[in-house]
This record gives sequence, C-alpha cells and structure tokens, in this order.
Amino acid sequence: MTLDRRAFMKASAISAAASAAGMTIPVQATNLATDSKLTRLKWDKAPCRFCGTGCSINVATLDNKVVATHGDIKSPVNKGLNCVKGYFLSKIMYGQDRLQTPLMRMKNGQYDKQGEFTPVSWDTAFDTMAEKYKAALKSKGPTSVGMFGSGQWTVMEGYAAVKLMKAGFRSNNIDPNARHCMASAVGGFMRTFGIDEPMGCYDDFEAADAFVLWGSNMAEMHPILWTRITDRRLSSPHVKVAVLSTYTHRSFDLADIPMIFEPQTDLVILNFIANYIIQNDKVNWDFVNKHTNFVKGNTDIGYGLRDDHPKQKRAKNADKAGGFSPIKFDEYAKFVSSYTVEYASEISGVPQKRLLDMAKLYADPKIKVMSLWTMGFNQHTRGVWCNNLIYNIHLLTGKISEPGNSPFSLTGQPSAFGTAREVGTFSHRLPADMVVKNPKHRAIAEDIWRLPEGTVPAKPGYHAVLHNRKLKDGDMNVYWVQCNNNMQAAANINEEGLPGYRNPDNFIVVSDAYPTVTAQAADLVLPSAMWVEKEGAYGNAERRTQSWHQLVSAPGDAKSDLWQLMEFSKRFQIEDVWPKELLDSSPEYKGKSLFDVLFQNGNVNKFGLDEITEQPLNDESKHFGFYVQKGLFEEYATFGRKHGHDLAPYDRYHQERGLRWPVVDGKETKWRFKEGSDPYVKEGTGWEFYGKPDGRALIFALPYEPAAEEPDEEYDMWLSTGRVLEHWHSGSMTQRVPELYQAIPDALVYMHPDDARKRGFRRGDEIKVISRRGEMKSRVETRGRNKPPKGLVFVPWFDASRLINKVTLDATDPISKQTDFKKCAVRLEKA
Amino acid sequence: MKTKIIIAVVFLSFVTGSIIAKDIANLREGAELSEQSKTQVIPKPIVDDKKVTRNYPMQPPIIPHNIRDYQVDLNVNTCLTCHSRQQVGVTQATMVSVTHYMDREGNFLANISPRRYFCTQCHVTQSDTKPPVPNTFIDMNKLIAIKSKKAE
Repeated sequence: MTLDRRAFMKASAISAAASAAGMTIPVQATNLATDSKLTRLKWDKAPCRFCGTGCSINVATLDNKVVATHGDIKSPVNKGLNCVKGYFLSKIMYGQDRLQTPLMRMKNGQYDKQGEFTPVSWDTAFDTMAEKYKAALKSKGPTSVGMFGSGQWTVMEGYAAVKLMKAGFRSNNIDPNARHCMASAVGGFMRTFGIDEPMGCYDDFEAADAFVLWGSNMAEMHPILWTRITDRRLSSPHVKVAVLSTYTHRSFDLADIPMIFEPQTDLVILNFIANYIIQNDKVNWDFVNKHTNFVKGNTDIGYGLRDDHPKQKRAKNADKAGGFSPIKFDEYAKFVSSYTVEYASEISGVPQKRLLDMAKLYADPKIKVMSLWTMGFNQHTRGVWCNNLIYNIHLLTGKISEPGNSPFSLTGQPSAFGTAREVGTFSHRLPADMVVKNPKHRAIAEDIWRLPEGTVPAKPGYHAVLHNRKLKDGDMNVYWVQCNNNMQAAANINEEGLPGYRNPDNFIVVSDAYPTVTAQAADLVLPSAMWVEKEGAYGNAERRTQSWHQLVSAPGDAKSDLWQLMEFSKRFQIEDVWPKELLDSSPEYKGKSLFDVLFQNGNVNKFGLDEITEQPLNDESKHFGFYVQKGLFEEYATFGRKHGHDLAPYDRYHQERGLRWPVVDGKETKWRFKEGSDPYVKEGTGWEFYGKPDGRALIFALPYEPAAEEPDEEYDMWLSTGRVLEHWHSGSMTQRVPELYQAIPDALVYMHPDDARKRGFRRGDEIKVISRRGEMKSRVETRGRNKPPKGLVFVPWFDASRLINKVTLDATDPISKQTDFKKCAVRLEKA
Repeated sequence: MKTKIIIAVVFLSFVTGSIIAKDIANLREGAELSEQSKTQVIPKPIVDDKKVTRNYPMQPPIIPHNIRDYQVDLNVNTCLTCHSRQQVGVTQATMVSVTHYMDREGNFLANISPRRYFCTQCHVTQSDTKPPVPNTFIDMNKLIAIKSKKAE
C-alpha cells in the first residue's frame, strides 16, 4: 500500500484525535504495539562473524529468527560500534538461496562427476563420501585425502577437523584458508620470538603517540580498529599517523605522512629505518644487550612456484629458505648500512623527507609507536622477512610489549588466531604452537587424545597452494572444503584450482551455507549451519577468545560443520583407517568406530547435556548426547594450559566479552613478555621472550630481493588485489545482503586516469585484465575510493562473477607458503 | 532480468530436483567457471533524497544522495557541513544520531566523537541495480503482527 503524504497524515490525524478524545479504538487500529509480551526482544551476545577485529555483537531474536544486531556496548573491543557489514549481520543468514539439502552430481540416479546437482539425503551423501575415502585410503594411503578448512571455523570445528584428519585418517593434508592470510605473520613470530601471536593488545591504540600502517588499509578492512586510531589521532593532536601502500586508499584520509611505494620495496624501507636508528645512535643498548641476538637469514630462497619453474631451479636456497646463522651486531650494522635514505627513496619512490619523518617516529625514544600490518606484508613472496624486519625496528629501540609500543600483526578472519593458529589446523602444526615434525609434540598430542604412540604422522602434509597442485597432478583424490570459498580465493584458478577440482580422478566435497564458486566446482555440496545457528568460539587478533550460544535453528537440513565432521567419523571402523601395526600394538581400539576413538574418548563426551544451562538450542549436543562444544574445548585447552597458552574454563567465556590468553589464575594477559604484565616472565628480567630457549628475540639481517613477477614490455602493469569494506572476502554472504550488494555491486578495475587515457579507455569502459595465466573482464574506474599511481591497477576479489584470481600468480613466500596476491604483471585491453 | 533468472534457478533447486552444474552459483549468472558473462555497466548511485526504511532501529541509515568527491579527511568533513547539529536548521538535513556525540565510555562530548568521524564506515550509498539474490529477512514488526494475530 502506498499513501501520498497528505493521505498518510490525514489517516494518522484521525487515529491521534480519537485517542486524545479518550475514545477506545480497537487494538488493530493503533499503529503501535506496546505490549511488552509482544515487543520484548531476546538479546544475546556473539562475536561478529567477519574480520579478525573480533567485535562483540548484540543479537536480537524473535520466533527463531534474528531480527536485529548492533555493536555490544559492553565489549572493550568495539564499545557499541559496528562497521556497515557488522550492522547488517542480521541479514547474512537469509539469502534466499541458502543450501538446505546435500546436492550431489548425478546421472541416472548414480554419482557422476559430469552429472547435475541433485538433492540427496545426508545418508546418501555420507555413504558416497565414505566410499571415496575408503577407496583412496586403501589404494594410495593417507596422503591421498585432504581437507581445506578455515579461519572462520569455530575453535571446536577446527579442533575436531584436526583430530579427524591427523589422528583419524592419519593425514596431515589439512590446511586452512588462513594460509592465504596469516602464514607469513606466523612465520615471522616463530622465527623472531619462537611463539606465535602478538605481544600487545588493542589497549595499545589509546596509548600510542604514532601509528604506522605497513600495507594495511585498516579504514576498510579493520574499520572498528580504525575508529580507535581515528579517535586517538583526532582527540590528541600530537599523535601522528603514517600510511604506506602501493596505492592511495581510504586510510590515507587520516595520514600525516602518506607514502606510496613501488611494490616489493617495503623491504628496503624497513632496512632503511633500522639503519637510520643505528646511524643516529638511537639503539636502545640496554634492551638489545639483554634481550636480543643477531642472525643472518638465508637469501635467494625462490618463490614457492612449482619445482620445475625456471625461477625455482635458479634459486640457491629454495630448499633451505628458513635457515639462518648467528652474527654480531657489527655485521648487522654493516649489512643495513647500504640502506641509506637516498637509496630507499630512489628505489621506493617515496620522498626522502617522508621517509625521514617516519624513521624519526621510531627512533625518538619518547614516541610510543604502534606498527600495524595485514596483507601488504603477509601476502608477499618475502612476507616472513617483512615480519622479521618490522620486529627488528621495535627490538632495536626496545619499543615492544609496553602500552603503546607495539608491533601489531592484524588478522583477516574472525578466528584465524583462535582456530587456524591456536588449534593448529595447518599441515605442519598441532595445537598450542606444536608441530608434527617434533616427536615430543606428537607424543603430547597422542597422550591428550588417548591414542597409541605413532598415530599422528610425522611428515608435514600439503599446504594450501600445494593442495591445488596435488589435486591437479592426481596425487590427492578426495578433498573436503569447509567454511571457505577457495576456488574464488586461491590464485591461478585456470592453471591449478579448476583443473585440480575437475580432475576426473578426484572427488570434491564442499560444505557451505550458500552455493559458492567453489560449490560450482564440487562434486558434492553439503549445506552448513552458520554463525548463531550453532554454538562456537572464535579467537581475535589480540588473543581474545569469545564464545557464543546457538540462538536460532539452521534452515532445512543444514547442519554445522562440527556435526558434519563428527557424524561422518561414524562411517569408519578403526580398521578402515589405521594400519595393522598400529592396531596390533593397541588391540583395545579394535572394532571401534572412528567416532568412538576420537569423540567418545572420555574427554570430549565428558560433559552431559545438563551442563547446557542457559540456552534451549544446541543441535549438535542434542544429537550426540553430550555437551559437544564444551568437551572439545576443554580437551583442546589441555594443550595450552601451563604452557603459555592458558585458556579459562569454557563456561566462563559465556559470561565474559572474551578473555585474552594466557589466562592465568582467572586473569587475562594484556602484554606478553613483559614483567608485571605477563605471569610467565621471571621476576627481575624486565622482558623475557620465553618462546626462545635463552629468552632472547632475534634481529634478522635480510636483504631486498625482487618480486616473483614484475611488469615488462608485454605485461606492463602491476596488479594488486584486495578487499573492500562492504564485502566480506569472497562476498558469498554480503553479496546476498541487498544493502551491501548495492553499496558496491561489482569489482572494478581501479586505475590512474593517465593510464586509462593512454590506452583510450574511459571510466566505465569494459576492459580485460590479462596475465600469462588468464584474463578477467571488468569496468574501468578512475575516480573511485582507491587511487593507484601510474603503472598499477587494483582489483578486489569479492566478485563471484568477475574472478580476478584467474589472473593472479600462485607464487608464495617460500618459508610461510603464503601466496603473494599483491604483485603480478598484467596488460589491459578493451573488451 | 538478472533477478528473474536467479529466482528461476532457486525455484528449480527446491522443487524439481536437479540443477545444471553451471547454474548453481547464483552470483555467477549461469557462467561456466572457465567463462565469464557480460559485465553490467557501472550503475549510477540512487540520488532521490528519499529516506529508506531501516531493517531495525539500530541500522545506520542509507545515504540517499551522491557523495562523489566528498572530502572527509584530517582537514574537512563535508558530511558534517549539512548533518551536524549546528547546520541542520539551515540545511534541513537529518541530524547525526545522538550516539555520535558519545565517546568510548558513553560520555557526551561537545562535538561529534572522533571515533565516529569517518561516516562511510557505516553509511553507504546505493547503486541503482537489482541484487542478484533476494533476501528473506523478516522485519521484527511483521513477526510481532503475526504473533499478535495468533494471540487473538
């Protein structure tokens, strides 16, 4: 019904006059229901399901539907704020095409790789899957099965997946999409400090005098943390903000020192700052002498390409990429001495004055500096080096682990920390920073899991990029993707991803809430419950663990990834998956199902349904007959307690707006490695980097080395890819929220007006972005929010209909195996 | 046009059974993964200046006008030249919400809180184009109306 304004007012006036005159009008005639029985909403807390900031959300439910969401005023992270994505969380579960039943490619009633997607029951889906798993395990062994998981999995889901893969199927071929996002940051932490994750926390935002953004567009990718920087900068005029990037973006709106640099030359700028500190006698000698050692890293380490690639063959240390050897300070000083301001300015294109202004922020002992970085550093063929080099600067000046002095690696996903890193859903990892290579670590895992010695295989599995290569080569044949959209997200779709998934020898399972690009490439699609349709916990970028209850039911036959993992394990007898020797050594496991061994082990099924006190919904627990999430969390927490990764008892997380680990004696830890703040630091030490045996962090001598692919005559432009504020990653949820879709419907090609003019393009023209690997069509944008310099185009990757990853290069950091999505060479043509 | 195709596909998936593989990913307009459909022209922003109903009271309102070349940076906030408390008498624009005057601790400040300074973190314009997938979110007042009907 539409009324014009006059008619609308007239109708309203009658009803107002009637009530003013004391006339009783029937309830239906009033325009406002006020009866509290009707209008009261049920409010609960849940962490946001998007980025790694970890905002707490208040979620209103009514009749088993989410009807409203807003920023949680009680959360120290966001204090009542949300970004536009967060404000629209209410609608992400209600895209009309939610998957509600398993869909399998079939022809004539049978599974067929070339068939059409046909609705099937969970039984049929799992029967077919189990058959494929068993066949692969029998013919080729555990390395022929693999799993690709997510930093959007809940802690419990990631943990169950690790158990199922590493202990159940005895395959280490499990990796998360966090490999695309955080692996270089992990590499940096492990090399410099020997323990993962930031020492500082978000309290640093209100304490710092200067912020330096290294390849991070926080204004769009971490909007709520950006509000904290904005708050600090604008309310305290002495505060300075420096922003470095290869193109101008929204974070530059707040920049006192804006810097656009030539791709890859961040390595030079980092070494220049270290050199500046040394040359100007600003080294904090007391700190450096007590708490650091100097080392020189291996160089010429290759680009993580396939072994037969000429660039890999030429690289001297491709097989020893992570190696390093001790040096003295003098050698280090000499090493960085060639990184002068003149050289740094010349190679990076940043004016000398700006470089010096930034270097002074770090060098001045009175200025508290927070360095922040995301994908600009991590998605880099020398990403681990970048991470090491930024720590160098903070270590040389002793600006670390104190309020406001904080090298801070931000994260992209809501639980890249909690699930991917802390649980260890990587091909080489186990929970609490342990690794499969280390026999002691395997023994600890086997002991906690109540499994016989030798269950967990020692050899690291295939990492994310290798997954697609091994699928294409036919070495890995059964593959399960959960909670991510890797066909859209991974680089080089044409040459690796698509041929891998569609290889006739392979069976690909994709669990998702929506029919994604990855689902389109799959053979079996499983419908997943999402966000508050299940109970879970996430860990954010400041080590804050947050839990939530299931608040509404999932649609149709959709089930959580946790249910899927556990229920599927029932299809296997232990004899199907473990070798005879292992069973002979532990005959008590004979005749049991994988579910019995992994999840009915006395730990995971320790807590009864009576412990679920507050919420009526918990579909998984009701199905399995015990408090699944608590059991998994508590077993998992055993790994880290008393080992620097302490988590609180599970129930406490339901009461708190999260707690930052280590949680010791009920208290969270804000700054690690600092005496007085971190309970693990010994008295009298001041600082102690206890991840290293001698308590000293490492300062690395590492040079500039060129990118894997640079523009040349034929492919004359840099391509950088990335995200946008309004869409979460591949857009599978946010493109289904009309307001977010209409805010930014398509991925455009952001370019400099001169570059467009030179090629005869006008804004809005359809063009092709072409690389040696593939092409993608989109439209020219010369006046959008991103403003590249001449010679570079920026294309976001959220758009399922415009797949920029057909163009990108699958070169990785050789140490972290993380792809460089920020640099490859392309040319542009009119479509 | 785009929307019609999508609805047809969704309909198919739950009523008649099979979906042709290339039609499953509704955001891809039926293109094979090795192909790409024609790209739509860059849609224009909706500039009708009409307020859009919010999905719930806490939703940040949509911007119903063009904001191209609006400067919001260290020096100037163009949005506030119309939407600040002092200006709305002159401009008749909507005043920014009172929450925008509160700092992190909930204290009211004399001016807009700096944490709310960058308007486009929450407020967005809308392109004049149809979303490819409809959303079935239900307004709480509709649910309440259904409930009160049932109660009668």
